[in-house]
Amino acid sequence: MAEHVLDAKGLNCPLPILRAKKALKDLPSGETLRVLSTDPGSVADFQAFCRTTGNDLLESKQDGETYNFLIKRNG
Amino acid sequence: MAAGESVNAKTMTIIVTKGTLDWAYPPFILATTAAAMGVDVTMFFTFYGLPLLLKKLDLQVTPLGNPAMKMPIAGMHMAMPNLVGVLPGVTAAATTMMKNLIAKKGVASIEELRQAAIESDVKMIACQMTMDLFEYKLEDMIEGPTLGGAATYMENALKSDINLYI
Repeated sequence: MAEHVLDAKGLNCPLPILRAKKALKDLPSGETLRVLSTDPGSVADFQAFCRTTGNDLLESKQDGETYNFLIKRNG
Repeated sequence: MAAGESVNAKTMTIIVTKGTLDWAYPPFILATTAAAMGVDVTMFFTFYGLPLLLKKLDLQVTPLGNPAMKMPIAGMHMAMPNLVGVLPGVTAAATTMMKNLIAKKGVASIEELRQAAIESDVKMIACQMTMDLFEYKLEDMIEGPTLGGAATYMENALKSDINLYI
Protein backbone atom coordinates (compact mmCIF):
# COMPACT_ATOMS: atom_id res chain seq x y z
CA MET A 1 0.00 0.00 0.00
CA ALA A 2 1.10 3.56 -0.60
CA GLU A 3 2.68 5.37 2.28
CA HIS A 4 0.60 8.21 3.64
CA VAL A 5 2.57 11.45 3.73
CA LEU A 6 1.66 14.71 5.40
CA ASP A 7 3.69 17.72 4.35
CA ALA A 8 3.55 20.15 7.29
CA LYS A 9 6.66 22.07 6.27
CA GLY A 10 6.49 25.81 6.98
CA LEU A 11 3.72 25.38 9.55
CA ASN A 12 4.20 26.43 13.15
CA CYS A 13 2.85 25.10 16.45
CA PRO A 14 0.24 23.67 16.81
CA LEU A 15 -0.56 23.14 13.12
CA PRO A 16 1.73 20.13 12.46
CA ILE A 17 0.05 18.27 15.33
CA LEU A 18 -3.46 19.33 14.28
CA ARG A 19 -2.87 18.30 10.67
CA ALA A 20 -1.31 15.00 11.76
CA LYS A 21 -4.28 14.24 13.99
CA LYS A 22 -6.63 14.94 11.10
CA ALA A 23 -4.65 12.66 8.76
CA LEU A 24 -4.40 9.85 11.34
CA LYS A 25 -8.15 9.94 11.85
CA ASP A 26 -8.71 8.82 8.26
CA LEU A 27 -6.12 6.02 8.49
CA PRO A 28 -7.03 2.41 9.28
CA SER A 29 -5.48 1.09 12.47
CA GLY A 30 -1.99 -0.29 11.92
CA GLU A 31 -1.17 1.96 8.96
CA THR A 32 1.56 4.55 9.09
CA LEU A 33 1.73 8.25 8.42
CA ARG A 34 4.92 10.05 7.52
CA VAL A 35 4.98 13.70 8.66
CA LEU A 36 7.43 16.27 7.31
CA SER A 37 7.91 19.41 9.36
CA THR A 38 10.28 22.36 9.64
CA ASP A 39 9.17 23.27 13.16
CA PRO A 40 11.97 22.33 15.61
CA GLY A 41 9.35 22.21 18.39
CA SER A 42 7.61 19.34 16.62
CA VAL A 43 10.38 16.93 17.70
CA ALA A 44 9.30 17.06 21.33
CA ASP A 45 5.65 17.59 20.42
CA PHE A 46 5.27 14.47 18.27
CA GLN A 47 6.83 12.38 21.05
CA ALA A 48 4.35 13.83 23.55
CA PHE A 49 1.47 13.51 21.10
CA CYS A 50 2.19 9.84 20.39
CA ARG A 51 2.73 8.93 24.05
CA THR A 52 -0.56 10.56 24.99
CA THR A 53 -2.68 9.26 22.13
CA GLY A 54 -1.32 5.71 22.17
CA ASN A 55 0.06 5.86 18.64
CA ASP A 56 3.61 4.64 17.93
CA LEU A 57 6.34 7.04 16.90
CA LEU A 58 8.37 4.60 14.80
CA GLU A 59 10.88 7.12 13.48
CA SER A 60 11.99 10.65 14.30
CA LYS A 61 14.88 11.97 12.26
CA GLN A 62 16.26 15.19 10.88
CA ASP A 63 17.30 15.75 7.28
CA GLY A 64 18.76 19.24 6.93
CA GLU A 65 16.01 21.63 8.01
CA THR A 66 13.28 19.03 7.66
CA TYR A 67 12.10 16.82 10.49
CA ASN A 68 10.74 13.46 9.49
CA PHE A 69 8.38 11.47 11.67
CA LEU A 70 6.80 8.07 11.08
CA ILE A 71 3.68 7.44 13.13
CA LYS A 72 1.75 4.17 13.32
CA ARG A 73 -1.89 4.52 14.13
CA ASN A 74 -3.07 2.24 16.91
CA GLY A 75 -6.57 1.55 18.13
CA MET B 1 -12.14 10.63 16.63
CA ALA B 2 -14.86 11.82 19.01
CA ALA B 3 -13.97 12.53 22.61
CA GLY B 4 -15.90 9.49 23.79
CA GLU B 5 -13.78 7.00 21.85
CA SER B 6 -10.41 8.49 22.76
CA VAL B 7 -7.79 6.53 24.65
CA ASN B 8 -7.30 9.53 26.86
CA ALA B 9 -10.70 10.49 28.20
CA LYS B 10 -9.51 13.48 30.17
CA THR B 11 -11.23 16.83 30.26
CA MET B 12 -10.10 20.46 30.25
CA THR B 13 -11.87 23.77 30.60
CA ILE B 14 -10.52 27.16 29.66
CA ILE B 15 -11.98 30.50 30.74
CA VAL B 16 -11.24 32.91 27.89
CA THR B 17 -11.21 36.49 29.15
CA LYS B 18 -9.01 38.35 26.69
CA GLY B 19 -9.74 39.28 23.10
CA THR B 20 -6.64 40.94 21.71
CA LEU B 21 -4.80 39.37 18.78
CA ASP B 22 -1.96 38.11 20.98
CA TRP B 23 -4.04 36.84 23.90
CA ALA B 24 -6.48 35.05 21.62
CA TYR B 25 -3.76 32.51 20.80
CA PRO B 26 -3.10 30.58 24.04
CA PRO B 27 -6.69 29.40 24.58
CA PHE B 28 -7.23 28.32 20.97
CA ILE B 29 -3.81 26.67 20.66
CA LEU B 30 -4.32 24.69 23.86
CA ALA B 31 -7.93 23.81 23.09
CA THR B 32 -7.18 22.50 19.59
CA THR B 33 -4.05 20.64 20.66
CA ALA B 34 -5.77 19.08 23.66
CA ALA B 35 -8.66 18.00 21.45
CA ALA B 36 -6.16 16.47 19.02
CA MET B 37 -4.73 14.51 21.96
CA GLY B 38 -8.11 13.10 22.86
CA VAL B 39 -9.04 15.58 25.57
CA ASP B 40 -12.65 16.69 25.93
CA VAL B 41 -12.40 20.52 25.93
CA THR B 42 -14.84 23.21 27.05
CA MET B 43 -14.13 26.91 26.45
CA PHE B 44 -16.04 29.56 28.39
CA PHE B 45 -15.93 32.98 26.70
CA THR B 46 -16.46 35.90 29.02
CA PHE B 47 -15.81 39.65 29.10
CA TYR B 48 -13.27 40.62 26.41
CA GLY B 49 -12.93 37.01 25.35
CA LEU B 50 -16.57 36.88 24.22
CA PRO B 51 -16.01 38.81 20.94
CA LEU B 52 -13.75 35.93 19.83
CA LEU B 53 -17.04 34.19 18.98
CA LEU B 54 -18.19 36.92 16.60
CA LYS B 55 -18.56 35.82 12.98
CA LYS B 56 -16.34 38.63 11.81
CA LEU B 57 -13.20 38.96 13.90
CA ASP B 58 -11.37 42.28 14.11
CA LEU B 59 -8.51 41.45 16.46
CA GLN B 60 -5.93 44.04 17.32
CA VAL B 61 -2.80 44.26 19.43
CA THR B 62 -1.30 47.30 21.10
CA PRO B 63 2.22 47.83 22.42
CA LEU B 64 0.79 50.39 24.87
CA GLY B 65 1.62 49.43 28.44
CA ASN B 66 3.37 46.28 27.25
CA PRO B 67 7.14 46.76 27.40
CA ALA B 68 7.56 43.01 26.87
CA MET B 69 6.25 43.33 23.31
CA LYS B 70 9.48 43.59 21.37
CA MET B 71 9.16 43.10 17.64
CA PRO B 72 12.03 41.66 15.62
CA ILE B 73 13.20 44.45 13.34
CA ALA B 74 16.44 44.38 11.34
CA GLY B 75 18.00 41.73 13.55
CA MET B 76 17.11 43.55 16.75
CA HIS B 77 14.15 43.56 19.11
CA MET B 78 12.38 46.88 19.38
CA ALA B 79 9.90 47.92 22.05
CA MET B 80 7.64 50.87 21.42
CA PRO B 81 7.75 53.73 23.95
CA ASN B 82 4.34 54.26 25.58
CA LEU B 83 4.40 57.87 24.42
CA VAL B 84 4.41 56.64 20.82
CA GLY B 85 1.92 53.86 21.51
CA VAL B 86 -0.83 56.36 22.33
CA LEU B 87 -0.66 58.02 18.91
CA PRO B 88 -3.50 57.41 16.44
CA GLY B 89 -2.67 54.66 13.99
CA VAL B 90 -0.02 52.98 16.12
CA THR B 91 -2.35 50.16 17.21
CA ALA B 92 -3.32 49.56 13.58
CA ALA B 93 0.34 49.55 12.54
CA ALA B 94 1.33 47.18 15.35
CA THR B 95 -1.56 44.89 14.38
CA THR B 96 -0.49 44.85 10.73
CA MET B 97 3.09 44.12 11.77
CA MET B 98 1.97 41.25 14.01
CA LYS B 99 -0.30 39.77 11.32
CA ASN B 100 2.56 39.91 8.81
CA LEU B 101 4.83 38.09 11.26
CA ILE B 102 2.14 35.49 11.93
CA ALA B 103 1.75 34.78 8.21
CA LYS B 104 5.48 34.79 7.56
CA LYS B 105 6.26 32.33 10.36
CA GLY B 106 3.55 29.84 9.41
CA VAL B 107 1.55 30.54 12.57
CA ALA B 108 -2.15 29.78 12.21
CA SER B 109 -4.65 32.62 12.14
CA ILE B 110 -7.17 32.79 14.98
CA GLU B 111 -9.93 32.13 12.43
CA GLU B 112 -8.13 28.93 11.40
CA LEU B 113 -7.62 27.76 15.00
CA ARG B 114 -11.22 28.59 15.89
CA GLN B 115 -12.44 26.56 12.92
CA ALA B 116 -10.16 23.68 13.99
CA ALA B 117 -11.62 23.88 17.49
CA ILE B 118 -15.15 23.65 16.11
CA GLU B 119 -14.24 20.72 13.84
CA SER B 120 -12.69 18.82 16.75
CA ASP B 121 -15.84 19.17 18.85
CA VAL B 122 -14.51 21.67 21.37
CA LYS B 123 -17.52 22.81 23.40
CA MET B 124 -17.95 26.58 23.50
CA ILE B 125 -20.03 28.48 26.03
CA ALA B 126 -20.82 32.17 25.55
CA CYS B 127 -21.25 34.04 28.82
CA GLN B 128 -24.85 35.26 28.93
CA MET B 129 -24.04 38.08 31.34
CA THR B 130 -21.34 39.45 29.03
CA MET B 131 -23.75 39.22 26.08
CA ASP B 132 -26.17 41.42 28.04
CA LEU B 133 -23.49 43.73 29.40
CA PHE B 134 -21.90 44.57 26.06
CA GLU B 135 -25.10 44.12 24.04
CA TYR B 136 -23.96 41.32 21.75
CA LYS B 137 -26.55 39.36 19.78
CA LEU B 138 -26.49 35.63 19.22
CA GLU B 139 -27.05 36.15 15.48
CA ASP B 140 -23.71 37.99 15.30
CA MET B 141 -21.91 34.94 16.71
CA ILE B 142 -20.65 31.84 14.93
CA GLU B 143 -22.84 28.73 14.98
CA GLY B 144 -22.17 26.27 17.75
CA PRO B 145 -21.64 28.06 21.10
CA THR B 146 -24.30 27.57 23.76
CA LEU B 147 -25.26 30.23 26.26
CA GLY B 148 -24.45 29.81 29.92
CA GLY B 149 -23.31 31.41 33.11
CA ALA B 150 -21.00 30.78 36.03
CA ALA B 151 -22.93 27.72 37.22
CA THR B 152 -22.73 26.15 33.77
CA TYR B 153 -19.00 26.69 33.78
CA MET B 154 -18.60 25.37 37.32
CA GLU B 155 -20.47 22.17 36.53
CA ASN B 156 -17.90 21.51 33.80
CA ALA B 157 -14.93 22.66 35.86
CA LEU B 158 -15.76 20.52 38.90
CA LYS B 159 -15.46 17.30 36.93
CA SER B 160 -12.55 18.43 34.78
CA ASP B 161 -8.90 17.35 35.04
CA ILE B 162 -7.50 20.72 33.94
CA ASN B 163 -9.04 24.17 34.43
CA LEU B 164 -7.28 27.19 32.94
CA TYR B 165 -8.01 30.88 33.21
CA ILE B 166 -6.55 32.91 30.37
